[in-house]
Order: sequence, then C-alpha cells, then structure tokens
Amino acid sequence: MVRAAEKRSMAYRYKRHDAGSANGQSHEDNPNWMTYKKMEAILERMQDEQTGVCVRTVKSFMTKIPSVFTGADLISWMMRNLDVDDQTEALHMANLMASHGYMFPIDDHILSVKNDNTYYRFQTPCFWPSRSGEPENTDYAVYLCKRTMQNKQRLELADYEAENLARLQKMFSRKWEFIYMQAEAQIKVDKKRDKLERKVLDSQERAFWDVHRPVPGCVNTTEVDIKKACKNNKARPARISYIVPGGRLSPGVSVNDLHDPAQGLTQEIECYRRRLGRRWVKVSKVAESYTSYYEQYAEFDAFITPQEYANPWIVDNAELWDLEKTMKDLPQRRVKKWTFSIYELLKDPAGRDHFGKFLAKEFSGENLNHFLLDHNIFKLMKNDSYTRYLRSDMYKEFLNGTKKKSSGKRSLTLRIESRRSVLSLTNYSTKST
Amino acid sequence: MLTFASNMASDLKVDCQQESIEALTREAETLKAKLEEEKAKLGDVELQVVAQRLNNIQGFTMKPRRVLKGHQGKVLCMDWSQDKRHIVSSSQDGRMLVWDAFTTNKEHAMTMPTTWVMACAYGPSGTLVACGGLDNKCTIYPLTLEDDPTAKKRAIATHTSYLSCCTFTNSDHQILTGSGDSTCALWDVESGQMIQSFHGHMGDVMSVDISPSESGTTFVSGGCDKLANVWDMRTGDCVQQFEGHESDINSVRFHPSGDAFATGSDDATCRLFDLRADREVNVYRKESIIFGWNSVDFSVSGRLLFGGSNDYTVNVWDSLKALRLSVLYGHENRVSCLGVSPDGTALCTGSWDFTLRIWA
Repeated sequence: MVRAAEKRSMAYRYKRHDAGSANGQSHEDNPNWMTYKKMEAILERMQDEQTGVCVRTVKSFMTKIPSVFTGADLISWMMRNLDVDDQTEALHMANLMASHGYMFPIDDHILSVKNDNTYYRFQTPCFWPSRSGEPENTDYAVYLCKRTMQNKQRLELADYEAENLARLQKMFSRKWEFIYMQAEAQIKVDKKRDKLERKVLDSQERAFWDVHRPVPGCVNTTEVDIKKACKNNKARPARISYIVPGGRLSPGVSVNDLHDPAQGLTQEIECYRRRLGRRWVKVSKVAESYTSYYEQYAEFDAFITPQEYANPWIVDNAELWDLEKTMKDLPQRRVKKWTFSIYELLKDPAGRDHFGKFLAKEFSGENLNHFLLDHNIFKLMKNDSYTRYLRSDMYKEFLNGTKKKSSGKRSLTLRIESRRSVLSLTNYSTKST
Repeated sequence: MLTFASNMASDLKVDCQQESIEALTREAETLKAKLEEEKAKLGDVELQVVAQRLNNIQGFTMKPRRVLKGHQGKVLCMDWSQDKRHIVSSSQDGRMLVWDAFTTNKEHAMTMPTTWVMACAYGPSGTLVACGGLDNKCTIYPLTLEDDPTAKKRAIATHTSYLSCCTFTNSDHQILTGSGDSTCALWDVESGQMIQSFHGHMGDVMSVDISPSESGTTFVSGGCDKLANVWDMRTGDCVQQFEGHESDINSVRFHPSGDAFATGSDDATCRLFDLRADREVNVYRKESIIFGWNSVDFSVSGRLLFGGSNDYTVNVWDSLKALRLSVLYGHENRVSCLGVSPDGTALCTGSWDFTLRIWA
C-alpha cells in the first residue's frame, strides 16, 4: 500500500534528479553501472513479496514505524539465499549495499548494517545510484533548507549538515531566495501526503543524501576510478562505417588505422592465418604442466609451505634476507632450485657466480655477461652449457657441500627464536626424509 | 565534363573498394570460424578436473602484518623493490613515496607536478623509480640519499593520453608503458627514445606485464576493449589475442611459469589464459562476488591467485581448482593495487583508504 503511493508521489523528484544528471552522459556510462545492476538484481530478490526479507510496519508506543526489517532478518535471509561463505561475508555485502544506499538504517546517517534488531528500510528505485546520477549542490541546498523549515525533531540537521548548509548559503547567496522558494514548494507537496508515507519518504530522501554527501569519514561510494572517468570523457572514435561480422574489429588495428578498413581486415586475416598455422597444445597438457609446476615450486611458496627460516614479516626478524645475501653456506634447496631452469640459476646471484666460474673454466676466461648480452649465444648456452653444468662434478660437489636444513649444526647457529620456525623445521625434516 | 569523369572514376573506386572489403570480410569470417573449430578440439578436459589429484590447501591463513600510513589521498599503484622489503607507491595526493615496508619508514617522498599519479614502478637495481599519470608522461627519479630526487628527475616517455601503467624490463635501461591512448610503448631510459610502439588495442590500456621467462621478450596487456593482447617486444607485433571478459580488463599478470597469465576485470571475474593452448583455461567467479577486480598476482608456485577488489577485500583463489580459499578483510575502501613480494613471503595491497598493507 505504502509502496504504491511512494511510486506516485516520488515522480516529481525522480524527474528532477534525472534532469540534473542529463549532461550528455547516460547512466550506462557510469563505470559502476555493472555493479549497480548486480546489486539491484539481489535487491529485487530481497524485496520479493513471497520469498524476500520480511518487511513490516512495527507498532510502538503511540507511533507506527512503517516498512521496516531488522538487520538480523536481512543477514539470515542472505545466509539462506546467497552463496556467501559465512556470516562475515554476508555482513560485508550488506554493508556495501547499504553504503550505496540500497537499504539504510531508519535513523542513522551512517549507512551500515548490524546483525541485530536495528530497523532498516529499502530505498525507493528512483533514488538508486544507477538512476539518479550525480545531484547538484543546489538540490542539496533545497533539501537542507527544507528540513530547517519544518520544525520537526526527526528532521533536525546534524552538525555536519548545518555546516554544509552554512557553506552552501555563502556559495549561493544570490540565488538563496530561489532555493528557499523551491524548498517551500516541496513542503507544500509533502504536506498533502499521508503521515506514514511522509515518514518513509523523508527517510529515503535522507538516505539518498547520505550516499551523495556522506557523513565526514564515510566512504563516498559514488566516486569513480579516475582512469574510467578519463576513458568516458574522451571523445569516442567515430562509429566505424562498416560492419565486421562477429561485431568486433581485428587485432593489429588501432583507432588511427580506421580510415583504411581494407588494411585492418588484411591484418585480421593475417592474424587468423598465423594462429591457424601454429600448433596449439591441448588443455589436458597445459593443465598437467601447471600442476607439475606447482609440485616443483610448492616447497618454495611461503604461503603454502612453512619455510625453513621464519618469515621476516611474521617474526619481525630480517635474518632470512641477511642469509640470502651471503654467498657461503647456501641451503641445499636453494642450490637444487638451479636445476629447475637456467632462469632460476641466473636469478640467484650465487648461482650466477658459480655458473660464471664454470663457464670461465670451460671457455678459458670468457665472461658470463658476454653470453647474456648475445641472444644467439644465450640460446646455445641454455641448451648446451647449462645442461653440462648441471651434470658437471663442479655442480654436484657444490650441491653436496651445501647444508641440509635438518642438520643440527645449522639450527644451533641460527638461534631460532620463534616457535613457528622451530615447528616448520621439524615439519620439513619429517617431510624430506 | 572533366569533373563528371573524375566523379565517375572515384565512384568506381569506391565500388571496387566496397567489393574488396566484402570479400575480405568474408574471408576473415571463414578463418575465424575455422579457428574456433580448431580451438574447440583442444578443450579436451577442464583444468579443475586435472587439478583434482592435488591435495586441497588446508588451513590457509594470512594476517595483516604492517600498515603503511602517509599518503593523503587514494593509493593508486605500488611496486616492490627486488630487495624484497622496499616499496614504491603513488597516490591521488600527487605524491610518490618510497617505503622500507619492513620498518614502515618512509625513505623518499616525491611531489609530482600533477595529482593523480596512476602508475609507478621500481627499477630492478633499486636505485631509481618511475611514475606517471594524468600528465601523460613517465618520469624517472634516481634514488640518492644526498640529493632531493626531484632535482634529478627526467621525463622519458610521453603518450597522448594518461599513463595507466609502467614496468621496467629486467634492467634499468628499458621501461614499458601503457596508456589511455590505447597503445603501449617500450622506451630507452637513458635517451628517452621510443624503441618500439604497440598498436592493437581498441580502448584504453590498463595494465601490462612482461613474461618472466624467455629473457623477457614477450609481454601481455589488458584494456578497456575487454581484450588481452600478447606482444613480441622486438617486432611490435601482437602475436596472440584473448577474449572472454565482458567488461574492462584492469589487470594482467603472468603465471610464474610464463606460460599463462591471469586477468582481473570489471565484470567481477578473474580468468586464466594459456599461451600454449591459445585460450581461456579457468574462470574465477562466484555469485556473491559482484564488484570488479582492480589487480591480480600469483604466489611463487602459481597455485594461489590474489585479487584486489572494489568491494574493499582481497580474495585468495586456488588457481588450479578454481576455489576461493580466503577473503582478506581490513581495507576500508577499494583495493586498487596489489603485489606479491619478489621472494613470495608477503603480499602488499594499496587502497583508496589512503593506506598500504602488508599481509603474510
């Protein structure tokens, strides 16, 4: 009942905001558009009369609170109906939807949701961010002015709003009479409304401004990414005068090339030919390669395998990095990693050093850097010298000379302080044996 | 009479052109269909199915370890130093800061002539940083302890629109940039000369990443044309193109093997594309994820994929099983950028809440 009335009576404001944003850009251009649409799809489910969140009018002493639901009801609905992992995620999502103004606490400027018996209300669609665009300061001035004129306790301005009003008054000093008149006209329309309907409307209007002119310290969710704003402000390239079936232009074509469609198409054909000419690998094969890559590197992934030495960020101790800098007493794992690929070998300063020594012996004094500079020689080195290096006694001796992590001597010299690192050491030695 | 004849000639020319375009269009269509047919044959199994033989990752936890406070505007970009503990970050307040993230000390602060510094990068040697943004330029700042870095700054690259991203190749001598002018370019740092430009995107370039393998001769770029392009850095050719996203690609990052890359998009999905299979091999999505992804990165084994989101969180995915492992809560506004440290011991995130955070 209230909702139907809302729709009718909001029409005038809807038009107003729509006109305010009609500066040549449609709302679809808003970089947040896709997200708005997804939130609105969820909101629609929440508002379903049969399966949605239970919205009711609460009677309290002497008054009625129309069209509300509790935070607890909302969160429990989300847990049942959305694929959220846990209550934390449900609450996070509810807070995001509230910060965009889709729902709001009935008497709080801070647009957040608590999982308790606090009352919330849904926003009317014409105040959704996807429909309203960015409102003008004059609209805000009219709104604040209106609230001061009504002499009602629930409409009293918060401190920051009073400050905003003072600032606006200064800014629009010449126009103020006009703003005042608009406010008066709006009050007149409002007075014709039913009392409960007005209560709902006032709160929805307040929530609208809480989104667009948030309480200091709250996130303004209508802000857009600067890159996306730049993208939208740029003059669009003129519509291409010919149609490529499939609807998309070819690779190798930039806006600058568009004056010659034939060239673009030739390039597209060229690219397709090249791709057809190449042999591609089956998904089963590439999937196999990721899993084996993971298996090879898992023990080096600090987020997956507890590391031999304590993570500096966790134990506030930079010992790990100091150890890595030394070229002596290398841990065996580190030297083992050199066998993964020539890149792993060259990435490690100690590996680079040792490989350099090997090459110097092989090619009587040739410098490693010399090889690295020349692409062809690098290929040769990758296919030939690297393999020989891995098979060489020089490498094997070096590997055998390295310390295994389970060696008691090492853990003694390391003065391991954190409990976690001791644990990871024991974990490791049990695994590696 | 003369004009009539020339008009006729030009009409004829237009007709011919029209015909040849139609023929070319038809040819392109046939080839595309054939290519798609060939591609379909390659999809013999799903990655998640192959990954079933791996154990699930149990008891994954990551906690906030450091909060870097000092920017007075939205943090827009960050990059790790190869020394595993320093970080450069840029912000909407027009400043670039160099941090020792381990101690949380700020070591350098550089004020830009323009606000909105959208991109920054740490030189591999650790002795210089680069940045740029709405000034359409990429500027180098040498990091010296004695002098003010701004005194020795040098603009080395200029685009015709904003600079959205930049990254050094594996040396201090070359830098790759991406721009709102829908091109990428490779520049010589010393001379400021453009070595190669890369044309092919039909919209703003948002992100670039250089392949970790093959001594860095290919790179990938993602943009507002919803496409990810793979380029040969020596020739400037776009060698592969990947489609699938339904909105802007904001971030691209190579799998540590260099054989695949992940993307993060405004369409609320992250995806994995394989260069050898020339196709998408995984999609990371969930019904409850509705906000766009600004930034993605892998752990050193490639098993974990981190995504920084407009919903203020970081999501951690099992990249092989396509399962979400964890959600990192803490930032109070959009997560704009993130990166795993070079030794894989920490994750750094930057946010519109003006802070950077280190997780481990």
